[in-house]
This record gives sequence, structure tokens and C-alpha cells, in this order.
Amino acid sequence: MEIIQKLFANELIVSILLSLLPLVFIIAYALVVLYTEMKVAAHIQDRVAYMRTGWHGLLQPIADMLKLLQKEDIIPDKADKLLFRLAPIIAFVGTYAAYAVLPFSSIYIGSNINLGAFFLVAVGSLVVVGILMAGWASNNKWSLFGGVRSAAQMISYEIPTAIAIIIVVMITGSLNLQDVTKFQDGGIGNWVVFGGPSPWLQKLMLMPFTIITFFILFVSSIAEVNRTPFDLPEAESELVQGFNTEYSGMRFAMFYLSEYANLFTVSAVGIALFLGGWSSPFGTFMSGPVWGIFWFVAKAYIFVLVQIWVRWTLPRLRVDQLMYVSWKVLTPWLFVCLLSVGLILVL
Amino acid sequence: MTAQDIFDILKVKFSDALTEKKFDTVQPWVRIAPNKTKEICFFLRDDSAMQFDYLSCLSGMDYNNGTFGVVYHLTSIVHKHKIVLKTFCTKDNMHIQSVSAVWGTANWHEREAFDLYGIIFDEHPDLRRLLMPDDWEGHPLRKDYKVQEFYHGMKVPS
Amino acid sequence: MIDQTMLQPPTLPTNYTVKQGHIKTSTGKTIRTEEMIINMGPQHPSTHGVLRLEIVVDGEIIVDCIPHIGYLHRCFEKHCEHMTNYQMVIPYADRMDYCSAMTNEWAFALAAERLLKIEVPERVEYIRVIMAELQRIASHLIAVGTYGIDSGAFTPFLYTFIDREKILDLFEMTCGARLLYNYIWIGGLSHDLPPKFIEQAKDFVEYFRPRLKMLNDLLSYNEIFVKRTANVGVLPKDVAINYAVSGPQLRGSGVNWDLRRDDPYSIYHKLEWEPQVGKGEMGTVGDCWDRHIVRMHEMEQCLNIIEQALAGLPEGNVKAAIPKRIRPEKDAEIYVRTESSRGELGFYIVSDGTASPFRVKARGPAFVNLSVLPEIAKGAMIADLVLIAGSIDIVLGEVDR
Repeated sequence: MEIIQKLFANELIVSILLSLLPLVFIIAYALVVLYTEMKVAAHIQDRVAYMRTGWHGLLQPIADMLKLLQKEDIIPDKADKLLFRLAPIIAFVGTYAAYAVLPFSSIYIGSNINLGAFFLVAVGSLVVVGILMAGWASNNKWSLFGGVRSAAQMISYEIPTAIAIIIVVMITGSLNLQDVTKFQDGGIGNWVVFGGPSPWLQKLMLMPFTIITFFILFVSSIAEVNRTPFDLPEAESELVQGFNTEYSGMRFAMFYLSEYANLFTVSAVGIALFLGGWSSPFGTFMSGPVWGIFWFVAKAYIFVLVQIWVRWTLPRLRVDQLMYVSWKVLTPWLFVCLLSVGLILVL
Repeated sequence: MTAQDIFDILKVKFSDALTEKKFDTVQPWVRIAPNKTKEICFFLRDDSAMQFDYLSCLSGMDYNNGTFGVVYHLTSIVHKHKIVLKTFCTKDNMHIQSVSAVWGTANWHEREAFDLYGIIFDEHPDLRRLLMPDDWEGHPLRKDYKVQEFYHGMKVPS
Repeated sequence: MIDQTMLQPPTLPTNYTVKQGHIKTSTGKTIRTEEMIINMGPQHPSTHGVLRLEIVVDGEIIVDCIPHIGYLHRCFEKHCEHMTNYQMVIPYADRMDYCSAMTNEWAFALAAERLLKIEVPERVEYIRVIMAELQRIASHLIAVGTYGIDSGAFTPFLYTFIDREKILDLFEMTCGARLLYNYIWIGGLSHDLPPKFIEQAKDFVEYFRPRLKMLNDLLSYNEIFVKRTANVGVLPKDVAINYAVSGPQLRGSGVNWDLRRDDPYSIYHKLEWEPQVGKGEMGTVGDCWDRHIVRMHEMEQCLNIIEQALAGLPEGNVKAAIPKRIRPEKDAEIYVRTESSRGELGFYIVSDGTASPFRVKARGPAFVNLSVLPEIAKGAMIADLVLIAGSIDIVLGEVDR
């Protein structure tokens, strides 16, 4: 940070540069995840996927991106043009704003605010607005269904997410994600998912609840990024493509990018809260600011891999079943965890 | 139960509606009056000795001599016997009573026969064209059918 | 110049009026509500072709569903009347149910043979049974795979296609074609079996049994899949019979009715196998899961039949002596029904004594099975409708003919 500050000696330029850093990261990361997703899916399905462009099709994601960028931008004649143009931007802004509080490393966090965890939940809701807007503005009944389903789904699943965050906050005592991560520094045993760096007995008592909480956060994070088995808003076989049916070219790419960015965000939240964020699993071994970035991205990547695996294995839930899972299974269980963790901490 | 037995029972109940029979073929058939089909079919379906609960096939026919007809192939799942019913109408009076109240499957079959032959099924709940577009002219499976030249400004290949 | 009326949005049949209502919100305002009409298809990914379902929905719940068919109408019956030879109909029969061409051509060949009173050699019957059962497996594999896609699981689809590929390879080595075979001819077959066919067919049977179990584990008994399909789209026994539904769909509703046993043709009565019936294992008898599992179990029975037929395959000629130009008697007529992959496939042929058929009516199982859809779709959700339509396993080539 200081090096960059010295280099430019202008706070404005530095902050612009620093805030652009995640964008570069998102694009690079989206390409990697795109490739991984296609390859993993292909191997799960007993086929090989891209093989022609570059070594084992390594260049294919770039080709895909280029293709999307130069495609014709079609806006339906009877669409609400302003909202139609605005929707992908809002969805992307919502996702991108979340990167401000992600602690990539002990020295790099966009904005080290004390309300980090809640900021995440708050800006996450902005994505819903974008998707609902897209569904409405397309003037297509299937898109509208997708938009409405998405709104219902994301709002429902934000409750379990928020409660899971509260549980972690109770254990760590801070809403600042950087502090939460620092709290877990010092090896795999200190991670919140295993009860955090607390005394032995307390740790053992916390462990079942933290593991359940982590699992629930994982489930609701899949739901928040609209992936199978919770991909109802864009259910291919039901709603064609849901809210982004009418989108093409650049605007579709924005949705696509924000989807993958969102995928990283929810993974990052999961690991920052439960799996020690940027801290090394081996205590002081391989730890430091630069290793921090490595650990953070690597852990998030594994998280994403699991999500991909789930996506290509399971069928999809129905709307009412989706709501059932959120309100009647996940939320009550989280309340149980919340009470128990609170009691254990008081004891 | 053989076709002869079925015919005998029907003869007692609907003597005037049965006009013709042919039992020396592979699949024996009975000819019934076009305005009595529903009544006879209800009897065939509900009578405990018959129980023709399964309408295998309903085909429209054009006999190329001004006569049109409908052929019903009935099966009983319970008794595993079969019978063929036939009914005829003429080109001037293309009305046959619908049996879609008796068997749900007749609904689409009759719509198809209406579509392709122009046979009008009285009391059918929803007699619209099935395979051809709603505003198509003529009934394609008739022997004297001529393809319309243009459909909505598009040339129809013949 | 294309008529502008073509571009108008489609309308509901005149006898339906969209209902309107009012609801009160928590703030005391009154909001007008209205049922929404949605067109599902003809270009919708899960209508399995060009089926158009006009659905009236109240939120996500279906109030009414009106199927519109005919987008793939190719005048099969009219074509048949213009053929100058009965044999020429067989390639057209292939194209009716393109997922199950072998059973189609068999049905027509059988009808023509019964019309002409031809007896075919026993070897032909055995080979036909082997081919038809392989075809049934291939067809059910498509049904099961696409059903997975309908329910959101993409992976089983590719697994089933890998297996189907092996069957198509067998067909290819037999007759050179992979989809539309023109293999079963009136009075025989176009070719005898190639030298290594029996070996490879046996290998396939060996290979496929464990794969079936894997497919069951992956899809049929998946918790989410069961939740999605059990108790959905229940088709009661009496409605099924009243609508003359046939094949796996009828058996899924608990009716033990299989034409291979109940109206026997060919050599099925010599072989040991059991028709599979839905038992309501996961929910109600006749729900989507039952229809799905009947197909899964049926594939296993197909393997049994193939094994027995391969073991008992006699030597002999593969063509019966038939006249060069087939001319049935005047006014001869016959309705022959066979159990195709989807159910009762019947051909009603009327002859006028010439070499071309006077009338051919094809009674497609998919056509009849589809007609029951409005009956079971009411009250379901849109997501359910996709699964109900998928469980019927329609092939639009046969629905529209």
C-alpha cells in the first residue's frame, strides 16, 4: 500500500487504482472458473469439453468472452429500455461493491469498515433489484417469472445467511471481516468452523453448532448465487433462461460476470467467516501478506469447486420446496445454533 | 366373448341401430347408426359382460363414393375381447354422434377426424382442428382434396 | 408478402375467459389480479419438440392447460395413400417415432403381413424381437435422460447417451443406419445379422446391467428427484384407461396391461419376462416417479428378453417368400397393434385391391398419451408441468405424424 502511495503520491489516483484491482481480479478469476466449471462438468459427465483452442482448450474462455463482447446487442421492441439497460449494471454494481470489504490479505482490504459483514448482506440485496429489474423490463412472462422467483429466493435465503453471520460475530466479537480473520489466525484449529481459538471444553461444545452453521451457510450461499439445486430463477428446462432470456452480447456478459463474481463473493464470505480467510492452515508456515492472498483465493477456489460439483450432480428443487428448505429447515436450525452458541459463550 | 355374442346382446337392445355385420373377416365388425353411437358405446362400456373400457383407435374414413365413416376399435382390458364398430355418413350429411363423453381419448381422435375428413361430431365439447392450422381450407385426407394455392400469402407446395 | 395476421399473438380458444379477482393488501389497498396466459412452446426447451402448451396460470399454479399440436404434421397418412407399394411406407413409419424407429417399422410390417396372411421364418421373429427390445432400451434411455434434464439434473442425460450410443453401434453394424433403419421389411429383414453381432449384443447386456443400477442410484432414488416427482401428476387408473393411455404410462398407473403379453404377437409368449407395474413406492400410484421407475425396470426386462432371444436364435432364412408386388384382397382391412416403446402403436390398414393402401391410420401412443395431459396438469405448478410432460415421454414426430 505504502509503495503504491509513494509511487503516485495522490490519494485519489491510489484509491481509484485500488478499487479497480478487484475488477481485474474478477475478470481473470471468472475466466479461470469458467474453464474449471466446463472441465469439471465435462469430466463428471464422462466427456472432455474444450480441446481445440490452446492446450486442452485453455484459451476457450477468452474466446467466449470475445464472442460475447462483439455480439449484437438486442433490446426487445416492447421492453422498458431504460430499466433494461440499467439492470445488468445494477446487478454488477451490487456484486462488485461487496469486494470492498473482502479481506484478501492482511494488508489488502478495500475498505476496512467495522460493519463489514453487514455491509456484505446489504449490498448483496442490490443484486436482487438488478435481477427483478431485468425480469420486469424484458417484457417477457418467463423472464418475469424468473425475476420474481429470484427475488423471493434471494430474500428468503438472506435470512439464514444473516443469522449465520451473527453466530460468527458472537464467537469472534467483531463485524469487521479483517478482525474476524485475524481472530482465526494461527492454524487450522483456530478456525471458527472448529470452534475458534477458545479453551478446549468450549471448543468441543461449540464445534457441532459451528459445523452445522457452516453447512447451512454453504447451502444458502448456493441459493444466493442461483445455482443448482436452487437455480430456479434461470431454470433452463422451466423458464428457458429466466431473467436473462432476452439479454444478449455485452449485457448478458455483465450478468454472467456478476454471477461468477457473486460466486466468489459468497465463497469468500464463507471462508472469511469460518475457514480462517487469508490465514494459513499451518500456523506460521507459509503465512504472510502475499501467502495470504494465495490462501484466500485457493480456499475460495475449493469452495467454488464444491459448488460446481453439487451443481452437476443434483436435480432442481421446486419453488415451494425451496421456500420450505429456507424457512422451515435452515432458519429453525440456525436459531437452535444461535441460542446454543450464545449459551455456551455465556458459560 | 366372441363378436357373435356381442352382436346378439346388442341386437336385443338396439335392434334398429344395427344395420350390417361382417363376421367372416379377421376382425369382425358391426355397423351401427350414426345417431346412436353414444348410446351404444355407453352400453358397451358399462355393461358388466362387455366392459369395453378401452378405445384403441378411432379412424375417420373416406370410401371414395360419397360415403364417409368412422371405425372404432374397442378392447376390454378386463375381459380381453375386442370388437370393431363402424358407422357411416354421406357427404351431404356429415354428422355423427360424438363418443368423447364415453371415452376421453375419443376427444382428440374425433378432432383429428374432423380436421382431416370434415366429419362433424355432434355434442363434441371442443371440435376444433387438431393437426392443421385453424384457418386451413379443406380437409386433406378426403380423396378429392385439392391443396389450396396460397396460405397467408405463402405459396403452398403441392 | 407475408400476411400480418400470421404475426399476431395466438389466442385462447373462445370458450375460455380469463378470470379476474381482487386481493386486499396489508395496507388496505385493493389490487386487481388476473390470470396470466403463457405459451409454453413451441420453442421451449422442455416440451421435447414443437409442442405448444397454452397454460393459464394463477401465480405459478396452472388453472388450465391446452395443448396445441400439428407443428410437425407431415401428412403421414396421406403419403401412405400415394405410395405405389406397401414396402415404401416403412421408411415413413420410421420417421413417425424417430426415437423408436425399429418398433414402428415392425408394427407396419406386421400389419401388412397379417393383411397378406404371410408367415415369416422363425429366425426373423427372433431378430425382430432382439432389435425391438434393443430399441426399447435406447428409447427409454432417451426418456430417462431427458427426464433428468427436465428435473434439472444434467448429468444423467449424458450417461444415458453413452449407453444409447452402444446400441446405435449395434444397429449400425446390422443395417448401416443409426436412427432410421428401414431394417424390418414386409416378410422379413433387409439383412441377416452380421457375424459378430451376437457376441457384441451379449457384451452389451453384460455391460448394461450395472449401468442401470448406477442410473437408479444417480437419478431415480435421488432425494430431490423423488421429492420433485413423487405425488406429482397423479394419473388414476380409471382416467388412464378412459383416455386409452398405453405403455409405461398406463403401467405406471398400476394397470397390468402389456400387448406383448395380452395381445401376443411374434415370439413373446415363448420368452420369460414380466410387465412392470407402478406400485406407488414413493407416493401415490400413477405419479411421475412411478412412470419413471416403470421405464427403468422395463429396461431390465428388455435385457432378459434379449438374452433369451440371443440364446434361442435359430438358423434359417431372413426373408419369407412374398409376391413382388403386394396386392391384398379388395376391401381387406386390419387393425394391428404392437407394444412400441411408448405404448400401443396400431396401424389400421384398408386395402382396395391395388398395390397402394387405400387408407392407413396410425394410432400413435404418444398422441393418445399426450391427450391426457390437460387432465393431470390442472392444479400443478409450472415446474411440475415440465415434469408431467416429460414423464409422458412424447415424441412429436409421432404426435403430429
